[in-house]
Amino acid sequence: MYGMLFSIRSFVSKMSPLDMKDGFLAFQTSRYKLHYYETPTGIKVVMNTDLGVGPIRDVLHHIYSALYVELVVKNPLCPLGQTVQSELFRSRLDSYIRSLPFFSARAG
Amino acid sequence: MAIFSVYVVNKAGGLIYQLDSYAPRAEAEKTFSYPLDLLLKLHDERVLVAFGQRDGIRVGHAVLAINGKDVNGKYTADGKEVLEYLGNPANYPVSVRFGRPRLTSNEKLMLASMFHSLFAIGSQLSPEQGSSGIEMLETDTFKLHCFQTLTGIKFVVLADPRQAGIDSLLRKIYEIYSDFALKNPFYSLEMPISGGGAGAGSDLPLTRPSRARGPSWCGCSAGRRRQLCWLRRSLPPPRRLCSSCSAWRWC
Repeated sequence: MYGMLFSIRSFVSKMSPLDMKDGFLAFQTSRYKLHYYETPTGIKVVMNTDLGVGPIRDVLHHIYSALYVELVVKNPLCPLGQTVQSELFRSRLDSYIRSLPFFSARAG
Repeated sequence: MAIFSVYVVNKAGGLIYQLDSYAPRAEAEKTFSYPLDLLLKLHDERVLVAFGQRDGIRVGHAVLAINGKDVNGKYTADGKEVLEYLGNPANYPVSVRFGRPRLTSNEKLMLASMFHSLFAIGSQLSPEQGSSGIEMLETDTFKLHCFQTLTGIKFVVLADPRQAGIDSLLRKIYEIYSDFALKNPFYSLEMPISGGGAGAGSDLPLTRPSRARGPSWCGCSAGRRRQLCWLRRSLPPPRRLCSSCSAWRWC
């Protein structure tokens, strides 16, 4: 997935007819939509959703600023750049996603 | 213009038709004195700005002209190297024009095949079964729509993010492709389409989607307020009968 996103970013920066500010935001196929948010430090937040979901850039920004920065970056025991092991981060992220208006547990 | 460009890609990923229709890109021309406060670098036979944004000149912009004369890749119109020319204090003050570099036809070919692969990977990355490839790619400056036919030909349209009706435009382009290219006995499949009929036919649907969808005011004034008329979801007829004055009106 990282290679795909890196290629899409460079593809989009070449194709764009105007100067870009936020860059690549999302793409969708017939079954899912992939939302993308990148911070200036290179942290990428990716979310795969259903097709009916609109722009959720602020949701991804919240995941980064209120969850990742608070619980992982500011945690001296979490080594940056490696897989996040923090259980607190995982549970807070899970409850945040479940609280989103477009999240609904579907059967199957 | 709401539609920026159209690409047609064959099933091997090769570009067979391309049409650009956006307005010229924003350019900035400024006079500089030595030393130049922008950092320039050579990249892909072009001189690009690597560092130093100001006054409309952004990182990634290319040197388009020096002293009014267009540069030729990394060489000036006189044949000298641009970086050497701008490094020599004797040439200052100099007026340089910067702007977003236009894509060369080689780059368009590469981008088309890059998109072909991204399209395929998009279907494989799917968390659900049976996904198609990338149908729509959204950025803040443009939206890319792609329609893949059953034969593997992809029609790719770059448009303004707010532009609606691209799906019908893609189907229309497919119709034009099958009318002008496939029914042409001299056209070999999967080969680049020469301008001619394809070019003439494809100008027509590009003007159509810029009409607003949704309600529009009918031009009749039958003594009362103007009537709202709704465009149908399928391609509308060019005129419709106004319900109040029963005259043919443009909607």
